Amino acid sequence: MSGPALLSVEGVAVDLPTARGNLRAVDQVDLHLAAGQTLGIVGESGCGKTMLSRAILQLLPKQANLSGRVMFDGQNLARCSAEALRKLRARSLAVVFQDPMTSLNPVLTIGTQLTETLQEHLELDAPAAKRRSAELLAAVGIPAPEQRLSQYPHQLSGGMRQRVAIAIALSCEPKLLIADEPTTALDVTIQAQILDLLAREQKRRHMAMMIITHDLGVVAGRTDEVAVMYAGRVVERAPTQALFKQMHMPYTEALLAAIPKLETAPHTPLPAISGRPPDPTRPLKGCSFSPRCRYAAGRCASEKPSLAPAETSTHHYACFHPIRLATGART
Amino acid sequence: MATLDLAIEEDVVAAPVRSKRRLGPLFWTALGWIALVFAVAIFADALPLPSPTDMDMLGRRAPFSAMHWLGTDGLGRDELARLVHGARISLIVGLCAPVIGLTLGGALGMLAGYFRGRFETLVVGGMDVLLAFPPLILALAVTAYLGQSILNLTCILGVLGIPAFMRVARAATLTLARREFVIAAQALGTSHARILCRELLPNVMLPLLAFFLLAVAVIIVAEGALSFLGLGVPPPISSWGSMIGEGRESLEVAPRLAFLPAGAMFLTVLSFNLVGDTLRALTDPRQGAL
Amino acid sequence: MMRQAATSPLLKVENLVVEYVVGNKVVHAVSDVSLEIARGETLGLVGESGCGKSTLGRAVLQLRPAESGRVLFDGEDLTAMRGEPLRKMRRRVQLIFQDPIASLNPRRRIGEIIAEPLVISGVKDAKERHDRVCKVLNAVGLDPALVVGRLPHEFSGGQCQRICIARALVLNPEFIICDEPVSALDVSIRAQILNLLEEMKARFGLTLLFIAHDLAVVKAVSDRVAVMYLGRLCEVASSEQLFARPAHPYTALLLEAIPLPDPDFKPAESVPVGEPPSPIAPPSGCRFRTRCPRADERCAREMPELRAIGPRQYAACHHPLT
Repeated sequence: MSGPALLSVEGVAVDLPTARGNLRAVDQVDLHLAAGQTLGIVGESGCGKTMLSRAILQLLPKQANLSGRVMFDGQNLARCSAEALRKLRARSLAVVFQDPMTSLNPVLTIGTQLTETLQEHLELDAPAAKRRSAELLAAVGIPAPEQRLSQYPHQLSGGMRQRVAIAIALSCEPKLLIADEPTTALDVTIQAQILDLLAREQKRRHMAMMIITHDLGVVAGRTDEVAVMYAGRVVERAPTQALFKQMHMPYTEALLAAIPKLETAPHTPLPAISGRPPDPTRPLKGCSFSPRCRYAAGRCASEKPSLAPAETSTHHYACFHPIRLATGART
Repeated sequence: MATLDLAIEEDVVAAPVRSKRRLGPLFWTALGWIALVFAVAIFADALPLPSPTDMDMLGRRAPFSAMHWLGTDGLGRDELARLVHGARISLIVGLCAPVIGLTLGGALGMLAGYFRGRFETLVVGGMDVLLAFPPLILALAVTAYLGQSILNLTCILGVLGIPAFMRVARAATLTLARREFVIAAQALGTSHARILCRELLPNVMLPLLAFFLLAVAVIIVAEGALSFLGLGVPPPISSWGSMIGEGRESLEVAPRLAFLPAGAMFLTVLSFNLVGDTLRALTDPRQGAL
Repeated sequence: MMRQAATSPLLKVENLVVEYVVGNKVVHAVSDVSLEIARGETLGLVGESGCGKSTLGRAVLQLRPAESGRVLFDGEDLTAMRGEPLRKMRRRVQLIFQDPIASLNPRRRIGEIIAEPLVISGVKDAKERHDRVCKVLNAVGLDPALVVGRLPHEFSGGQCQRICIARALVLNPEFIICDEPVSALDVSIRAQILNLLEEMKARFGLTLLFIAHDLAVVKAVSDRVAVMYLGRLCEVASSEQLFARPAHPYTALLLEAIPLPDPDFKPAESVPVGEPPSPIAPPSGCRFRTRCPRADERCAREMPELRAIGPRQYAACHHPLT
C-alpha cells in the first residue's frame, strides 16, 4: 500500500451469539487502506463482508462482540466514545448502502436530508446549506437540482436515489467512503454510471474508498487492491491487476470461473463450485473452503491456513496448495 | 455439474429458531392461571362447594369462615361458589363470542384480501357501518328485543368482534396474496378455493389465533361491563360482571364482594393478554439475517 | 417472421399489449410485442427493470389480462380459453420465479409442495405421487429422504430454487418460463443452477423462455435473444450475433455497461447520464431516443418496427449500427 494507512483493521473478529451457538461472522481480518486508494472487498453472501463494514463503522448490532482494533486516522474506533464517533461520522467516515429506498428517509424531502447533514456537521446556515445542497446534487449528475430539493425519495428513480445517497455521503468531504454493495440493486446501465461517479469523486477529493461487492467485475479496473473473503476470513489479498493476472487461492479462481462470460459460446457448461458455503455456527477445523476445493489434500481438513505473502510481498493468500506459484507451492 | 452433495447432516439442518427466552416465568404463570380457571369452571359441579344459589338469609355478607371460605354475598350465597360458576359464564361467553368473529370475520377478511375489487370495497364498507354503531346501544337493542340470555349475549358480542378479525385477516392476506408461492399455485391452475384453504389459510391462521386470545380478554371485560349494567346474563345466573354490580351496594360494609370478582376478572384478562402477546411475538416471521 | 423453417413454433405471441392502471395513470407495460419460440429452443429475454419482461412472461401464462393480442401455444389460443381447457393447458407450461424462498409456502412441507401439481391434475394414488416426487427431486440433485419432510426455511436459496425447478418439472411440462431464476442467488450457486437448467432441458426436451437482466447469464443458456426496452422489442437475434454485432444502440449500451472482470478495463471518462423514462408516459416515436446518441427527428416522429437487418437478426431502429 502506498502511503501511511488511513484505515487499519487489525485482527478484527465479530462474534454473534445466536440460538444455535456462537456465530463467528468475521474471523481475524487484517486490512490497510491509505488515503486516495480504493480497496475492493469481494465475497458472496454470508462471507462476513457486511459485518466487517459494520465493525469498521461501529454500527454492529448490540449483541455482537468486537475484538481487535480498528485504527482510523490514528484513533482506535472501537475505543471511541459515542460523542467522538458522532463527530467522526459524516466529516471523516461516510457510508453508502445498498438500497437507497431504505437508506433515505421516505418522509423527508431530499433537501431536508442534505441540509440537515450540512448544518449539523459543517455548521452552515440555512441559505448556505441550501446552495451547497444544490451544488452537490449537480456534482453527482442530477438534472434540475433546485427542483429536486423539494422532492421526496419515492419520486425519484433508483439510480437517482443512489446519487442522492452519494451526495449526502460526500457532503462533508469525508476522508473515507465505504460503499456497501452500492449498485447491486440497480440496473446495469445505471450501475456503470454510479461506479464511474464514485471513481470520479474519489479522484477529485483524494478520498479513500472501500467498495464491498459480490461482483468481481465491479472491482476490476476500479480498485487499487482487492481482498476476497470467504466464511469470515480474508482468503486472498492483492493489488487488483496482480490478482486478476494470477489468482493463488482456489476459491478466487473458482469464483471468477463460475461467472458466465460474454465470450463463451452459449450452452457451454459453467465450471460451478460444488457444495455450499459452510454454516457459520459450525466452523470447520481446517480450511473453510476445503470441502468444496478440488485441490484439497492433506493438511487442508485439519489446519487453517493463515494469510501469508507470496513471493511479492503485496500479494497475500491463505492456502496450503496455492495455484501456480512461481517459486513452488508452500506445503 | 448438477449434483449437489447435500451437505445436510441430520442434526445440522436448523430446527426453527424459537427464542426460548421469551417464554419466561410470567408466561408460564399466566398460562397456569388460565388453566386453573378452566379447571374450576369445567369441574365446578364436582367441587365440594355449596350451591351458588343457596341463600342463607341469616348469614348475609358473612366474613371468611370455614364453611364459606370467601364469605357470603348480599343474599347469603357462597361467594367462592359464585366465583367459580361465574368463571364458567365468563369463559363460555369469552371463548364462544370471539369464535364467531374469528370464523366470519376471518373468512370475510381473507376473501376481501384475496379477491380485492368491488367485493373488498363492499366488505370493508359493511364493516365500517357495523363499527359505526355504538356497541352498547346495539347490545341494548338486541336484549330489549330478543330478551336476555347467554346465547343472545354471545351472539351480539361475537358480531361486534367481526370487523376487527376482518381487518387482521385482510391485512395478512394482502401481503401474502402477492407473494410468488400464490402466483405459482395460480400458474398451476389451482382453484381459488384450494389456494385460499391450502396456501393462504395456514399462513393467516397464526396471526388470527394470536389476535383471538387478545379478543378473549376484551370480550370477558365487555361481558362483565354488560352484566354490570344489568344487560348481560339474566339472574339467577351470575357472572363476574353482575357480581361486581351487586357488590356495588355493599362497598362500605363488605368491599370484598365487589373486589373479589373484579380481581378474578383482572387476573384472567391479564393472563390472556400475556399469552396472546407472547404468541403473537413468537409467530412473527423474523428469520435473522447476517 | 422468426420462424425456424418447417416446424411450427411451440409458442407464438402476436401483438400483445398489457397495460395496467396505477392510481389514475396507465402504465404501458407491454406494447405490441410479437415473438415466436420453436420447440426445443431457448429464447432469452433481456431488459432492465421496468421494461416489461416479467409482465410479458406472466401475460403469456394468462396470469395477467392482456388488453389485446393473442398467445398461441401449440396452435391453440390461450387468450380465448377459460376454465377447464385453460387449466389443462397450464400443466404443459410452468413458471420459475426470481425469489426461490418466496415461491414456496412457508407452512407446507417440501413433499406436499412438489406433489401439489400432481394433486391438482388428478393423480389420486398417493404412492404414485410419492414416486414421481422422489424421481424429480433426484433429477435436480436433491436427496428425497432428506428433503420431503422439511419446511422451506430450512434450505438455502440455491436449494430452494432446485425445489422450485423440481416442482416445475413434476408434471412433465413442455415449456417453462424462467423469470430471473438466478438473480437472487450467489455467484457460485448461480452457475450450479444454470447448469442444472441446461441439463434438465436436455433430459426432458424442454423449451424455455429465459427472462433476465444479466446479459452474460442470458447468453450462457439461450439460442436466440430478444432485447426489450420500455415495453417494446428492440432487437431479436441469435446469441452469437447479438453479442458480436449488436444492431440496436440500446443493445450496444447494455453490452458496454457490463462490468467485466478484466484487470485492464478502464471506466469511461464520461458516461451519458441517462435515465429510462417512465412507462406511464413513454417518449413518442422510438422509446429509446431520449438516451440514444444516434437519435434524430425521424426517431421522434415515427415508431420503428422490428425488421430484418441481417440473416435472422431483427432490430427496431431507424439507424441501426450494422
